[in-house]
Amino acid sequence: MSATDGALTKEIRVAGEEPRGGLAVAVWATLKRDLMLLLRRRSEVLNPLVFFAIVITLFPIGISPDPALLAAIAPGLLWVAALLAALLSLDSLFRADYDDGSLEQLLLTPQPLALLALAKVAVHWLLTGLPLALMAPVLGLMLALPAGSYVVLAVSLALGSASLSLIGAIGAALTVGLSRGGVLLSLLVLPLYIPVLIFGAGAVQAAIFGDGVLAHLAILGALLALALIFAPLAIAASLRISING
Amino acid sequence: MSLRLQGQNLACERDDRWLFQGLSLDIQAGEIVRVEGPNGSGKTTLLKILSGQLADYEGELFWDGRPMREAREIFLSNLLYLGHAPGVKAALTPLENLAWYQALAGQRGGEAARFAALEEVGLAGFEDVPAGQLSAGQQRRVALARLSLTPRPLWVLDEPFTAIDRDGVAALERRLFEHARAGGCVLVTTHHELTPCAELRRIRLGGGGLDVGN
Repeated sequence: MSATDGALTKEIRVAGEEPRGGLAVAVWATLKRDLMLLLRRRSEVLNPLVFFAIVITLFPIGISPDPALLAAIAPGLLWVAALLAALLSLDSLFRADYDDGSLEQLLLTPQPLALLALAKVAVHWLLTGLPLALMAPVLGLMLALPAGSYVVLAVSLALGSASLSLIGAIGAALTVGLSRGGVLLSLLVLPLYIPVLIFGAGAVQAAIFGDGVLAHLAILGALLALALIFAPLAIAASLRISING
Repeated sequence: MSLRLQGQNLACERDDRWLFQGLSLDIQAGEIVRVEGPNGSGKTTLLKILSGQLADYEGELFWDGRPMREAREIFLSNLLYLGHAPGVKAALTPLENLAWYQALAGQRGGEAARFAALEEVGLAGFEDVPAGQLSAGQQRRVALARLSLTPRPLWVLDEPFTAIDRDGVAALERRLFEHARAGGCVLVTTHHELTPCAELRRIRLGGGGLDVGN
């Protein structure tokens, strides 16, 4: 090798081993970037929240303003409306990245895709699931939700919506390559949402009747733990399939 | 550790039509390989296969003598791919866009490096303008700033000259040759005629057949 070659190879290094470190940097930067992006397109963040508020406002008007009747169906109504609101926002989770080419760049990083996808889902939950959970007690007032169940409602929604975001992201990843994947996404994801819905609404019911709330919350927590372990891997695999198509 | 990307008997079929068949190639350090062919001849598909994005092909790929399946992570940390879409977020400024790419490469990076990279591609003064307000050519330049910001030996560039003005094309062409001379490797599709030189090789696709020439 000549002297000039030696001087030049200083600039260009061929990496011989898998990259070490840098994962925290990449995950943190992805979190920050997605937060910044969503906060600059506020309408997308507000859409599900407005949907949630409108649906809950319409029920007393459409059914009856009778507090006893509303209180009986309030837990289920609040949970179903929140679930649909979360579903509404899922379609855009990977869509923008797919359209502008940053998704293929995300797939080409040497960092583990599952963790980067988890960062994106975390942002989705922070700006959709968490605000929905915080808003729910206020809307609960409109449905004459009995006192004592407000905290449980917020906690169950916070826990449950995290699972919803994780599970929904699998569907969003699978349908990102399709031009009109919205309906398919709902069909794919809704059956998987049912356990979360049952135990979430169940927790609020239990709080109203004074049963064991903790059991329901524990199952919601267990579902979240399962989703946290398996969903990122499934999301990563689904993204790979979508990009391949 | 050497820079060597090999493909053996690559073949790819789309919609019952063979884009290419029996394509073998050996790409090494110091080369610029231009993939040529008419529209729809499979240039982008070949680039996607060679950058490890598509698994739907026949044949074998090797990086540095190892099968791609085993060497994928190492390969990816040597690769810089710029696709059709520039991968630039319209709502973010060029600086923020580059900061994310730097972080994806695992580098914390500094503001100064990002400013320097943007200046090099002629975007000084546009650092804090949302990329959505920039022209198509300027957005492409934001993506091209990654070439110097996150140095990688293997560049795979799909139509990098799109929407770039004449001076920009000349500068980018110079940049490609510098990279090849410095021991890097460039794989590029373009309809723009590159200045012939010793480093340049061509792969011609189209009409189902192909020839690999020098």
